[in-house]
Amino acid sequence: MALDRKIAYINLTTGEIEVKPIPLDVRRKFLGGRGLDAYLLLNHSKKGCDPLGPDNPLIVSGGILTATCASATARTHVMAKSPLTGLLGSCNMGGFFAPEMAWAGFHHLVIKGKAEKPSYIYIHNGEIEIRDAKNIWGETTTDTQWAIRDELNDQEIKSLVIGPAGENLVVFANVMTGIKNAGGRTGMGAVMGSKNLKAIACRGTMDINIAHPIEALEYNKRFIDQITSAKVNKTQGTLGTPFIWGATNSWGGVRTRNFQYNQCEYADDIEPEAIDEICEDTMGPYHMSGCFGCQVHCRAQYRIPSGPLKGKYDEGPEYTSQGAFGGETDTPRAETVLVGNHLVDQYGMDNLETGSLISWAMELYEEGIISSKDTDGLDLKFGNDEAVLEMIERICFRKGKVADALANGGIPASKTFGQNSFDYLIQVKGMSNLHSDERATPALALNIATSSRGSDHLRSRPAIDLYHLPEKVLRKIYSSPIPYEGPLSSEHTEYIGKAWEVFWQENCYMGVDCLGICKYHTTFLGATLPNFEDWPKVLYYNTGLEFTPEELWDISERCNMVERLFNLREGLTRDDLEKGDMINHRYFDEPCRRGAPDVVGLTIDREKFTVMIDEFYEHKGLDKKGKPKAKTLKRLGLANEPSHML
Amino acid sequence: MENKEKVLMINPEKCTGCRLCELVCAVKHDGVSNPARSRIRVMKWEMDGVYIPMACQQCQDAPCMGVCPANAISRNDELNTIEVDYDKCIGCRSCVAVCPFGAMGFNSIDRKVFKCDLCDGDPQCVRFCEVGAIEYVDADDVAIFKKQEAAVKLHATSHKVALKEA
Repeated sequence: MALDRKIAYINLTTGEIEVKPIPLDVRRKFLGGRGLDAYLLLNHSKKGCDPLGPDNPLIVSGGILTATCASATARTHVMAKSPLTGLLGSCNMGGFFAPEMAWAGFHHLVIKGKAEKPSYIYIHNGEIEIRDAKNIWGETTTDTQWAIRDELNDQEIKSLVIGPAGENLVVFANVMTGIKNAGGRTGMGAVMGSKNLKAIACRGTMDINIAHPIEALEYNKRFIDQITSAKVNKTQGTLGTPFIWGATNSWGGVRTRNFQYNQCEYADDIEPEAIDEICEDTMGPYHMSGCFGCQVHCRAQYRIPSGPLKGKYDEGPEYTSQGAFGGETDTPRAETVLVGNHLVDQYGMDNLETGSLISWAMELYEEGIISSKDTDGLDLKFGNDEAVLEMIERICFRKGKVADALANGGIPASKTFGQNSFDYLIQVKGMSNLHSDERATPALALNIATSSRGSDHLRSRPAIDLYHLPEKVLRKIYSSPIPYEGPLSSEHTEYIGKAWEVFWQENCYMGVDCLGICKYHTTFLGATLPNFEDWPKVLYYNTGLEFTPEELWDISERCNMVERLFNLREGLTRDDLEKGDMINHRYFDEPCRRGAPDVVGLTIDREKFTVMIDEFYEHKGLDKKGKPKAKTLKRLGLANEPSHML
Repeated sequence: MENKEKVLMINPEKCTGCRLCELVCAVKHDGVSNPARSRIRVMKWEMDGVYIPMACQQCQDAPCMGVCPANAISRNDELNTIEVDYDKCIGCRSCVAVCPFGAMGFNSIDRKVFKCDLCDGDPQCVRFCEVGAIEYVDADDVAIFKKQEAAVKLHATSHKVALKEA
């Protein structure tokens, strides 16, 4: 039974391990995955704890449906206080790790303390061991995984690992599993590194009983048919996420030269079709691969086609690597993108943060705020492909003044670089924005401003807002399961009703993250994909638990509020440029210079943006300062947090 | 109607490595999620991006049938499968040892051997594999499908050579 998977508390300082069941009343309040992680983080961390200290709990989980007979239940979630932002640290990845952890008997791990020497955790069929990692410390993310398999003589082991970046406490080091599945954002790899924890290895052959197996099987078939019939998923399954980059760049939604332009020109070499051709040339006609149980198969396979690393195998590149190592740095060359992607995968470093910070440093170099003396002679100008790749390595190994500063994150680096360097940094809550440019899309600007983990698209982005769907269709989607009668607009440059869209998406994404399902299987890129109305059946057939769509909505809202409570406790204030729900002044002051006719010249209107935030707070039940009203906490059953139920 | 022999035709090149086949196999047969119970398993070389689903070939001269000391394994001519009669099976696992494909499994929870039964003619692995890496086809057609695929590759190669020479 999915519900009999356990939670383990592992203390790396003392070596103590405690295993507990997850009570049903906790499940009914927080389901599992990211939602329950947030509850655990709020309950197991103290205000102001050092993100890289032993008291910061590292929480690893699968969703309540992980490895059940539902579609694409591959996602692993990791949470802790972020060393990048000082606020919520949270990342989510595909692959095969969480299912293996579930077959090994566990849904949640709470890891505290710090191991005396490099260690890794091995979990197998209900047993947990802490093992010596001296032989794998220093290894790349993939070599670490293969070495663990060899050491334990089991090629079926799935591991969650850090690379050299995590060991070197680069504050945006990621955690990885497989070739390229990355829990990329907020520096969870540095938290692992700070605990001397190189990896968590899992192997399980324990049954997960399905409550109603035949019904689960048949419903899963229907679910998959719905998911694979969506045009957007067919395209994902052919071109991977690069197609999104191509589409977004065509109308002017891609940051270029840090934030100087909103469209990357002369990018033929990294258009989705060009990348796909390289994949086909190097890996053959069938070069897409999938995460556990997923029929979207959006992960392309490639070998680096040329240059010193020619022939090296990797997967992706995701659109984020096109953005990070192509557009933002104005180096739109396939080899640079593919090599950059490979390096961050091997080092275990967030591609979005890395590319974004390099492009920021390039703008500072252009402005004379940092000089070639600071870069030890490296010509850090936009368009310099070699400089991009060199900087990736320097950041990972903290070589030189500029790279070492960047490895501490954007805001601390801005204090090192001085002058007005902070003004050029495209971030929210200390986390750099991905490559997208939101100046023409107020809904997306609101999303990055209010996302619980900083500037990010995967916590509340209403991506379908870009499709200009008829208002009737929008209303059908956005007024279920909770009725919404307020205004909505099909126009992506508008501000009307966008606060509700972001609020709805925030709950939708929390829902899938609690279930452990991929966002490509819900209302993210495809407007017709399953959400609250469909999830109760999947949950019932697989676990036997009964929920209404409204109850699932409430759970999502509750879990989002728990994340908010954590952020407020750690210092979030509404308009604070470093820790608040606020975007860089450039969104308001510098108009879009490229793109479609209705995009050129646009900025975010500061007044209207403020109204959107007010509306968003109102939907969430927050006061004007962004703090929850007492009645909201009471309604969500959060009046007495931390409540230590688990 | 003539009962045509049908077989699983696996095309590893098309496999995306998602292992949904393993999941649905275990759920269909045992009502649980557990790849260890799946009759089909995807073998992987992750560092090369190679995934190969392995399943019972329902051999004509099946080694498992030949080695079984209890005569518990026989051919079902109607479905063209090799079957285990659990009333006769003594659980010696000789069949597991002898199978050249590793297709006979041993379930250490139920203490029983297990193998693919083609889901009585509606293999779930095939039904759920959207990319068509596993297909259920007339045995007579397998060779012609393979010929077609090989021919396509030859054509593509010769086309490329011609382009390069031009």
